[in-house]
Amino acid sequence: MTKLVVDGREIDVPPEYTLLQACEAAGAEIPRFCYHERLSIAGNCRMCLVELVGSPKPVASCAWAARDCRPGPKGEPPEVKTRSPMVRKAREGVMEFLLINHPLDCPICDQGGECDLQDQSMAYGIDSSRFVENKRAVEDKYLGALVKTSMNRCIQCTRCVRFITEVAGVPELGAIGRGEDMEITSYLETALHSELQGNIVDICPVGALTSKPYAFTARPWELNKTESIDVMDALGSAIRIDTRGSEVMRILPRTNDDINEEWISDKTRHVVDGLRTQRLDQPYVREHGKLRPATWTEAFKAVAAKLAQTNPKRMGAMVGDLAAVEEIFALKDLLTRLGVSNLDCRQDGSALDPAWGRATYLFNATIAGIDAADALLIVGSNPRKEAAILNARIRKRWRTGRFPIGLIGAKADLTYPYDYLGAGPETLADITRHSFADNLRKAERPMVLVGAGAFARADGGALASLAAKAAIDLGAVKGGWNGYCVLHNAASRVGALDLGFVPGRGALSARQMAAYGTLDLLFLLGVDEIEIPRGAFVVYIGTHGDRGASRADVVLPGAAYPEKSAIYVNTEGRVQMATRASFPPGDAREDWAILRALSDILKHRLPYDSLSELRQALFKAHPHMMRIGQIAPGDPADIEKLAERGGTVEKAPFGAGIVDYYLTNAIARCSAVMAECSAIAGGRTNMTAAE
Amino acid sequence: MLADRDRIFKNLYGLHGWDLKSARARGAWDGTKAILEKGRDAIVNEVKASGQRGRGGAGFATGLKWSFMPKQSERPHYLVVNADESEPGTCKDREIMRHDPHLLIEGCLIAGCAMGAHTCYIYIRGEFMRERERLEAAVQEAYDARLIGKNNIHGFDFDIIVHHGAGAYICGEETALLESLEGKKGQPRLKPPFPANMGLYGCPTTVNNVETIAQVPDIMRRGAAWFAGIGRQNNTGTKLYCISGHVERPCNVEENMGIPLRELIERHAGGVRGGWNNLLAVIPGGSSMPLVPAGPDQADTLLMDFDGCREKKSALGTAAVIVMDKSADIIKAMTRISYFYKHESCGQCTPCREGMGWMWRVLTRMAEGRAHKREIDMLWEVTTQIEGHTICAFGDGAAWPVQGLLRHFRPEIEKRIDQYTANPHSEPVAMAAE
Repeated sequence: MTKLVVDGREIDVPPEYTLLQACEAAGAEIPRFCYHERLSIAGNCRMCLVELVGSPKPVASCAWAARDCRPGPKGEPPEVKTRSPMVRKAREGVMEFLLINHPLDCPICDQGGECDLQDQSMAYGIDSSRFVENKRAVEDKYLGALVKTSMNRCIQCTRCVRFITEVAGVPELGAIGRGEDMEITSYLETALHSELQGNIVDICPVGALTSKPYAFTARPWELNKTESIDVMDALGSAIRIDTRGSEVMRILPRTNDDINEEWISDKTRHVVDGLRTQRLDQPYVREHGKLRPATWTEAFKAVAAKLAQTNPKRMGAMVGDLAAVEEIFALKDLLTRLGVSNLDCRQDGSALDPAWGRATYLFNATIAGIDAADALLIVGSNPRKEAAILNARIRKRWRTGRFPIGLIGAKADLTYPYDYLGAGPETLADITRHSFADNLRKAERPMVLVGAGAFARADGGALASLAAKAAIDLGAVKGGWNGYCVLHNAASRVGALDLGFVPGRGALSARQMAAYGTLDLLFLLGVDEIEIPRGAFVVYIGTHGDRGASRADVVLPGAAYPEKSAIYVNTEGRVQMATRASFPPGDAREDWAILRALSDILKHRLPYDSLSELRQALFKAHPHMMRIGQIAPGDPADIEKLAERGGTVEKAPFGAGIVDYYLTNAIARCSAVMAECSAIAGGRTNMTAAE
Repeated sequence: MLADRDRIFKNLYGLHGWDLKSARARGAWDGTKAILEKGRDAIVNEVKASGQRGRGGAGFATGLKWSFMPKQSERPHYLVVNADESEPGTCKDREIMRHDPHLLIEGCLIAGCAMGAHTCYIYIRGEFMRERERLEAAVQEAYDARLIGKNNIHGFDFDIIVHHGAGAYICGEETALLESLEGKKGQPRLKPPFPANMGLYGCPTTVNNVETIAQVPDIMRRGAAWFAGIGRQNNTGTKLYCISGHVERPCNVEENMGIPLRELIERHAGGVRGGWNNLLAVIPGGSSMPLVPAGPDQADTLLMDFDGCREKKSALGTAAVIVMDKSADIIKAMTRISYFYKHESCGQCTPCREGMGWMWRVLTRMAEGRAHKREIDMLWEVTTQIEGHTICAFGDGAAWPVQGLLRHFRPEIEKRIDQYTANPHSEPVAMAAE
């Protein structure tokens, strides 16, 4: 520990701390623009200057380590002053320089109200400008569908360059030119190829990079901020939903070091307009082959009429990718009361089975555990598309060095180099004889990351056993460390598996239910990723007019994820609670309430009249759901049991997983922004010029 | 005046051959093996005792700098020679590389030995095409004669790589030079860590000027006492002076440190054009140093060494003496220098990036008189806002010439403003300086 005196207060900080961190630890506030705690240090904005007693010049506190401070002549601890006249003058000077070429167009700038430059100029700015020359003008750049540029406002802090290069791993931004002609650019005027590009809007301290879809729609002080959980992938990133009235205006990340640090993926952030379009805002009933608007009573009666004529063995239910734990619980409860055992939450056809034990379907090492891992084998997954934030975490670990990564599956640009071991299960079966296996065996905490897509094939069960065997053989599962990690791509999946929403003994799986002529009545809870053939009477509870609703015979409009308070369990098995930020549109209702009302009409009334009563029942049946924010770890012995199951695997290589990152669920498919991103990523558009 | 026998650069004017044979005839490569055999510490101590200060501009004690290199390290050590001589007015390293490259190469070997560096990079300025060819030829000669390289006759494996820059002024700043050498954009690094600890490719590195290194063999051969005996206390040895501007015969000359400016100019450059009394001002150390005006307490008594220049609120820098007689428009001259710094600022940190353009634009107006008198004080404040607040010394070097102007020629600026105010439209005025 190093002793420092900051503004007369003596503190003890670790020697690797920078003066900026030390000053903050001492309670002194240091203004900064270029410094960002999750990026490398640039030291170029010069706003964080402090006085180091004994040094003739002020020093940049963000770049000066505590151990680099020399003690005083009599051995007294180094003294830092953050409020001396020298510091104040230096910062005022820097602020003036930053402002001379800044357009001062705050009234028309989207950053207004949440702008670091605006805030800090209140503290260090002067009331009028002494600069009477012409201001610099910089051409705006085209960076794609998500990031709008206004380069006149840029203060060249290079946070965006560092983020894109270091965290996102696509070195597509840089600075060209010298001196006052320096410009941030994407060099080629093409869209950024990153699933994390939206974050550069957040880290931009000024209004140079703003959100293109959100441009000119709202001011920060008009918005109600609700802290919630994302459902676009299985990570459950921490988000803040900003609403004006009942409309969701934008989604921003919240800091959660266990999951998303402070980044979110572009789909999480920019799916917002999908929440407004194609919404189901009233019930529909199919008559003469066409859906017609109906009242709730009519819709319920149609369901009850069909139910009365149907044998429970010919009934089934599926749960979609965005469903919350409460409604899954209510649906299962209702169908069990009806005597139905054809239940499945694995619409992708996955073989994962809760009967194998919880450890067999969790990301056991946890996301934060990636930081501690020292070798990684990826099997049948493209984490960049399935969980972009997790991929950034892997890249972050890789950047610190000594982290061999191997991949079995489809080749892809993962933003970090890896050893390509093979395409299919036979490589996995032979992994222990592969030269890469030594990396894993030598490692103290090796990870085997298996994509959920790998289990979504006919031989999924045998593959799961094979993957578990590989993990055990390679030493990924041992005392104190469980490196067997299943990466799901659906937010609802782990929760539904925890609740056991899978076929009972001898009952039909999702694939079988979706086969022609197996069922007469099928309940779909937001199921949009599977084709239901003609024949069955389909009751669809969901939010968007997507595949499921257009196939349905009765449509019951539900609530999307910002519109309900709900529990989700992420791929680590972490239970998290989302908060309601707005209300379902029109006549739409929260899904659990729809099921509760339906149960009444079906004469099998569910025994809870409120969400809290439902949760009490849920917690009674599944106590781990009560522990919000925590993980109930799986038993590693289950992985060993799974490894012993065996089975025959086919030769077919692993699939590429998610084909189009931007269009993975009904909400994203209804979003014009996501459609544009998808078109740009797929090379289906030729936008080159800045609009 | 420096005696001929005390000269280090005996072929400064290229009157003799540059090649190995000629260099040997002048004494280069004589007893190098014995020097190396004295050992690392002995060399460093000898250089320390000689009192040599870096010839690149900052004047940091060479021996002290070398002693910062770690004694033992698993990482390779590097010697980097800064031959990116871009300071306006300076043309001394160029002559060394043209006419006496073997002094530099021998110096590299000795310096490399003194800091345990087996590899040396010479980063040569982009515009120096011919100098690079000459230097590369000389390096090749040294390799062929097994003076350097693996298993050379000196028993100290040593490689020299000549690297050609692309001609950016900022790449003469030592850490920007290292960045450029690594293949990155030439932008200065944050210090600490200093290059002696984390330099080229993260390894201990020392960056020295060409002249500094080229003087080392002679210091070692003739002894520290000889070198320390020339010049004044704390400002020892000989120095190459580059005299340009309004003198009768602009020239490069090797002289002892601390020579009076007047003597230097009158003896070697044929005096100021129109006589000493016609002197307006002189920049003693390259364009980044403040000017010193004519006058009994100023240029008349200026001693050309580190401390002598500091007494006149300037600095020796590279000892590039730029002389301006009374025909010079001093405001315009400083405007031009200011433009140079605006153009060469790397743009990394705020005060320099934004301040350079501001200073240049204000000066452009002041050169015409199209300014307010209150802007003189404002300009001064702008220079102080840049000075000392930047990552590297470029900001200081750009602010000082303007400060020199304001310190000594304020009446001249005010006069210009008054003239313009009195008659602003006598003839068409060039508008907005863009």
